[in-house]
Amino acid sequence: MALLPQRFAPEQCEAVTREVLAAHRGQPGALLPILHDIQDRLGAVPPELLPLIAEDLCLSRAEVHGVVSFYHDFRATPPGRQVLKLCQAEACQSMGVKALTAELESKLGLPLGETREDGSLSFEPVYCLGNCACAPSVMLNGELHGRVDAEEVLALLAEQGAQA
Amino acid sequence: MSEPIKIFVPRDATALSLGADKVAKAIVAEAAARGIEVQLVRNGSRGLFWLEPLVEVATPAGRVAYGPVKARDVAGLFDAGFHEGKAHALGHGLTEEIEYLKRQERLTFARVGITDPLSLEDYIAHDGYRGLKRALGMTPEAIVAEVTESGLRGRGGAAFPTGIKWRTVLGCQAEQKYIVCNADEGDSGTFSDRMVMEDDPYVLIEGMTIAGLAVGATRGYIYLRSEYPHAEAVLLETIARATAAGYLGDDVLGSGKAFHLELRRGAGAYICGEETALLESIEGKRGTVRPKPPLPAIEGLFGKPTVINNVISLASVPIILDKGGAYYKDYGMGRSLGTLPIQLTGNIARGGLIEKAFGITLRELLYEYGGGSVSGRPIRAVQVGGPLGAYLPESQFDTPLDYEAFAALGAVLGHGGIVVFDDTVDMADMARYAMEFCAVESCGKCTPCRIGSTRGEELLSQIIVARSEGPQPGRIELLKSLCDTMLGASLCALGGMTPYPVMSAINHFPEDFGVSQDSAEAR
Ligand SMILES: Cc1cc2nc3c(=O)[nH]c(=O)nc-3n(C[C@H](O)[C@H](O)[C@H](O)COP(=O)(O)O)c2cc1C
Ligand code: SF4
Repeated sequence: MALLPQRFAPEQCEAVTREVLAAHRGQPGALLPILHDIQDRLGAVPPELLPLIAEDLCLSRAEVHGVVSFYHDFRATPPGRQVLKLCQAEACQSMGVKALTAELESKLGLPLGETREDGSLSFEPVYCLGNCACAPSVMLNGELHGRVDAEEVLALLAEQGAQA
Repeated sequence: MSEPIKIFVPRDATALSLGADKVAKAIVAEAAARGIEVQLVRNGSRGLFWLEPLVEVATPAGRVAYGPVKARDVAGLFDAGFHEGKAHALGHGLTEEIEYLKRQERLTFARVGITDPLSLEDYIAHDGYRGLKRALGMTPEAIVAEVTESGLRGRGGAAFPTGIKWRTVLGCQAEQKYIVCNADEGDSGTFSDRMVMEDDPYVLIEGMTIAGLAVGATRGYIYLRSEYPHAEAVLLETIARATAAGYLGDDVLGSGKAFHLELRRGAGAYICGEETALLESIEGKRGTVRPKPPLPAIEGLFGKPTVINNVISLASVPIILDKGGAYYKDYGMGRSLGTLPIQLTGNIARGGLIEKAFGITLRELLYEYGGGSVSGRPIRAVQVGGPLGAYLPESQFDTPLDYEAFAALGAVLGHGGIVVFDDTVDMADMARYAMEFCAVESCGKCTPCRIGSTRGEELLSQIIVARSEGPQPGRIELLKSLCDTMLGASLCALGGMTPYPVMSAINHFPEDFGVSQDSAEAR
């Protein structure tokens, strides 16, 4: 899976947004698909774009902001080049994900929920990846891995980092 | 050799999460190096997850299973002649004869793990689209009657009779009606929706098309959670193929009836699994819960009459139409009819998917199928029905899986997910987590849930810190009263059922809360 580019110039962001808006013209309830498309391409939904989206959909800026901030997926800034999601839900808890979280936080030098300053890695909690019979599970750059331990996660990160 | 040997390596997300792609590559490379002609099929998963990646080889006697196979095992498997079905340490004989699978009753999951999920030809060769073909010759009333006859109750959690819901929508006059598939599957311990979508997607497409014919809806939406990228890819591909082949579109199989299907991706909000919040979300709004009435059946998506059903409910429709409601109804017990895809997860030796008629007990599932905990320690608690489901202690393991039997215990079957915990679990911490989850995922519309969950989390944190100092009757009383308020005064089941895991934990495992067994009152 391609890793997300870090930053775009404002003109580029605007151009992408206009393209996305045009592609969804006339689609009923288009806001979520629009936000997803923008984030898929820019890595984030930069707040500067909200007026443009609001205007196009005849919504108030507050309404669009309300939607963007409601959903856990949408982010204002792009994530790290690698994104490691660690499931925190019950099935993974039953297999010791709390201890695994602590171990990874210390080995990665990165608290869960944060991105490294150099933008190399985001470490995020997730609540269920649907792999509950093979807990604990992680999703690394969109790929699912089951029955992991800290060593394996670090090896996967290194392998993916080398490929990037 | 004339015919290439058919070798199956699953493409289900769980199999992939355990290295199935590497195994597939190794098999192709090894076969080429040995000059053996193989045809690699990427099938779905049989749901025997402790054996994944489960590689199968087609032999004249049937498909032979090997697993769990790692890429490094592949050369050895070829050395042993696995491509001719010969014995190997990883071999399990004929797949269909493996006890775990053999003793199931697979109706909804009849094809899962057997076929190539992307192949429409394979789907049809395995009885696919027979239900739709029969439905095309029936009146809408007759289709609804067949589904009512089957006794099918919604598999998404609330267990409402599907036939009655459809009849309401059929009875509405409107220029546009909708079928919405709830594919949000947010509960921890559940993956059966995901398996259907990844491993037998056409059955869902067919079920939704039949639902459209039954109620007069020409548009359908699948609302899929964003945590399932593999399912999304499979659905997009298969919707395109079904459309190209005339199974979807303006003129379904030349019947003159239209049915269009669109996939919508959620954005990481558990509450969007609640049906009215889901509709708000498709409409492009914040996923907050709508008060009922009006029912979605009468005023649903974009204000129009809407059938909203879970993936498994809809995927059960084709076999009901094909074999008849009476056939389906023959499985099960009491008012829980048909089969339930049970998901055995967490700390369990043989986790996986088990489709059985209602009525099997938890104990049979945990020990005969599951083989006990994977840690080898005693099983102390199981949570059934997702994060809003109660925790059950060993004394309740003989409960049969039946909606009413669970309700009698103050528990729920929900989506059929079972999460197993061994004796290292801290039940006060699990209760605290239930409140935390509710606080994170609350839609914020009503006070008992929005504020109550945060207060509950604080209270449980205090109880956990202070429990070593002895009983804290004041705090426990306060927690019980808070749960009572949430239970009685929340607008939807997120706030209204979070007390289930919390109170069941206190009632059955009081010692974890610093309360002695006998001072805790039985529920
Ligand atoms: C907080 C909450 C979350 C829910 N999540 C789901 C879900 O992920 N999938 C689902 O099918 N139903 C879910 N439901 C149940 C739906 O509201 C609804 O009952 C179901 O989609 C109806 O379909 P069915 O009758 O086929 O089960 C949830 C309900 C609540 C209150
Ligand atoms: S109970 Fe919670 S999730 Fe449900 S409507 Fe109230 S605030 Fe929203």
